[in-house]
Amino acid sequence: MGRFLAATRGFGRWDWTDWAAHAYLVLGVLVMLGPVLWLGLSSLKSESGLLVFPPTLLPYEQASVAVEGRGNLKLFHVTAGEYAGHDLAEVRRLGLQSQLVDPAAPATLIRLPLDSRVPVTRLRAAWENYSGLFEQFDFLRYLWNSVFITAVATILTLLLNSMAAFALSKYRFAGREPVFLLMLATLMIPPTIVLVPNYLIAATLGLTNSPWGVIWPAVATPTGVFLLRQYMLTLPDELIEAARMDNASEWRIYWRIVLPLSAPALAVLAIFSVMWRWNEFLWPMVVLSRSESFTLPLALNAFQGELTTQWNFLLAMTMVTLIPVTVIFLALQRHITQGIASAGVK
Amino acid sequence: MNALASLFAALMNLPERPMRWAQGRLSGGRLGWVFVAPNLAVFAVFTFLPIAIDLHYALTGGTNLLPAERPFVGGDNFASLLDCSNHFDASSCRRDLFWYGIWNTLRFVVFQVGLMLVFSLLTAIVLNSKIIGRGFFRAVFFYPVLLSPVVVALIWKWILQREGILNAGFIGAGITPVNWLLHGNWAFFWSVFVSIWAHMGFYTLILLAGLQAIPAEIHEAAAMDATPPWRHFQRITLPLLMPSVLVVFVLGLIRAVQIFDEVYVLTGGGPGTATTFIVQYIYKTGFADQVRQYGLAAAASLLLAGVLLVLTLIQLRGMKRG
Repeated sequence: MGRFLAATRGFGRWDWTDWAAHAYLVLGVLVMLGPVLWLGLSSLKSESGLLVFPPTLLPYEQASVAVEGRGNLKLFHVTAGEYAGHDLAEVRRLGLQSQLVDPAAPATLIRLPLDSRVPVTRLRAAWENYSGLFEQFDFLRYLWNSVFITAVATILTLLLNSMAAFALSKYRFAGREPVFLLMLATLMIPPTIVLVPNYLIAATLGLTNSPWGVIWPAVATPTGVFLLRQYMLTLPDELIEAARMDNASEWRIYWRIVLPLSAPALAVLAIFSVMWRWNEFLWPMVVLSRSESFTLPLALNAFQGELTTQWNFLLAMTMVTLIPVTVIFLALQRHITQGIASAGVK
Repeated sequence: MNALASLFAALMNLPERPMRWAQGRLSGGRLGWVFVAPNLAVFAVFTFLPIAIDLHYALTGGTNLLPAERPFVGGDNFASLLDCSNHFDASSCRRDLFWYGIWNTLRFVVFQVGLMLVFSLLTAIVLNSKIIGRGFFRAVFFYPVLLSPVVVALIWKWILQREGILNAGFIGAGITPVNWLLHGNWAFFWSVFVSIWAHMGFYTLILLAGLQAIPAEIHEAAAMDATPPWRHFQRITLPLLMPSVLVVFVLGLIRAVQIFDEVYVLTGGGPGTATTFIVQYIYKTGFADQVRQYGLAAAASLLLAGVLLVLTLIQLRGMKRG
C-alpha cells in the first residue's frame, strides 16, 4: 500500500510546496467564489431576514402564526419562567416587557421580560424576491432591453467583422494594408475617450434612449476583425478558387464557404461580444437616460442609488443579471478560457 | 426556431443580387472594398469622426452640444484644466476635481497593477504546478472576469455594508467593525481590491498560457542540474515568461488608467473625492453635472487619450520584441 501511494505521488509524498499551493487555491476559491455564493444565499432571505445581525448563513425567517382575532403574529420560544418550553405569539412589546398569547388560547395575555424569549425561526427561501421583480418593477423591460441589445449587437458584430475580415484575408486590393492598420489603430481609441462626441453623433442620428444607440457604436470591433482575419488566413485559397470555377458569386463564397469554415473563430467572437454587451455600463449610461430604455446593469445602478434601497429585490435582481453569464460560462468554460488565452483579448 | 433560421438564411441571400452586380463592375480585388465598407463606415462614424469632434469640443466653450453654435476659445479648456498654483496639491487647482482624479488614478494604477501582477503571477505559477483539479481552480479564478462591473460592485457593497458579513465576522472575532466605504483610505483600498478581484483571472490566464509555452525540457534540464527552486524561477522561468508579463503589465495599465465602472457603483467616487478617478471626472463634467461642460470633458479626454497612446505604443513595441 505504501509503495502504491508513493508510486502515484500520494499525499505521503507531498512536500511543503504542494501543501502551500493547495492551501492557496482553497483560500482563492473562498475569496473568488464566496462573495457570489453569499449573494445567492442572501437573495433568498426575506426582507426582515436580511435585517438580522449578525447574519445567518442560510435564509432563516421568523415563524409567524395566525391567531384568531389578532392577525398574523410572530412566534417566540419561551426560555425561562412558568411558560418555559412553550411557543407563544407576540402581540406587542411594552418597554422591556413583551405581551404574548398562546396561539391555542388567544384570550389570555401573558407578560414576559424580553430576555426570556427567543424568536422561533425556520428555513424558508424567499422566492417572492424574484417573483416580486416581475410584479413590482419594470424588470421584464430591462431584461428585454439587455437581451435585445446583446443579441442584435452580436449578430451585427459577427456579420460586419467577418465581412471585413474576409476582404482583408482573401482579396488583394490597393489600400488593403492601410485599411487593416486603420482598423487596428482603433484599438487605441477606447470608448471612454470619445464619450462626448459619440453622444453628439447619437443625438444627431436620433439614437439616444434607443437600443440602437448602444448597438451601432459597438458593432465594428477591431478585436473581432483581427481575430477573424487571423483565422481566415489559415483557410486554403484553393477552396475559394474551386468555388469560383463553379461560378459561385463572391457573396456566396463568403456566406456559404468561408463563414461556415470560420465557425470556431466566430464562436469565440460571439462569446466575447455577448459578454461585452451584456455587461457594458458607461456608454449605455450616457446614451440611455430614460428608465424605460435601461439595460439590466443600468437598472441595477439606478435602483441601488435610491435612498431606501430594498436590498431583497436588489440582491435578487443582481442574481438574475449574473445567472445568464454564469450559465454560459459553465457550458462553454473550456472554449472561453482557451479563446482568451489564444487571442489575448478581453 | 426553424422559421427563424430560414428567415435568417433568406435575409443573408438578399445581398446576393447587388453583390453580383458589383462583382461584374469591379475588377480584381476591388470587390474587397465592398466587404470592408460596412465595418469601416461604423468605424468612421463612431471612432474616427469622434476624434475630430473631440478636438473641436476641446477648442470651443459654452454648454451647447451643437458644434456650430459653440464659441471658439482656443486653448482655454486645456489652460483651465492645467491651472494650478501648485501642481502637486489638487486643492490649489482651478479644476480641483480633475487633479484629484489624476492623483487618485495614479495612486490606483500603482497599487492595482502592481498587486494584480503579483497575484496573477503567483496564481498562474500555482495553477501550472502539479495540482489536483486544475481545471476547476482555473475556472474559479477566471469566473469573476465575466461578471458585469455593476454586479461585481453590488456583490461587494453587500459584503462591505455596515451590517454586512465582514463586519459580523469582525465583531465575532472581537474586532471593532469599520464603516468600510465611508473612510477615504478604506474605500480606496476596497476599490483596488475589488478591481483586482474582478480582473486578475484574465491576466492569470495569459500568464498561465505563457508558462505552458515554456518547453518542458528546459525545466527538466534545470532539475537535472539540481537548481534550487527560487534560482530556477528567477533565472529560467521569469526571463522566459517576460513577454507575457509585459503584455499583462501594459494591458493592465491601459485598463487601470480607465477605471470607472465598478468603483463608481461601489463608492460613487467618495467619500469626498477619495475614489474619484479621471474617467469619472470626464463623465461628471460632460454628462452628470447640472451644467454640462462638454469642452472641458473633451479636453480631459484628449489628455487621457495621449497617455493611452503612449502606453499602447509601448505595448506594440513590447509585443514585437516578444
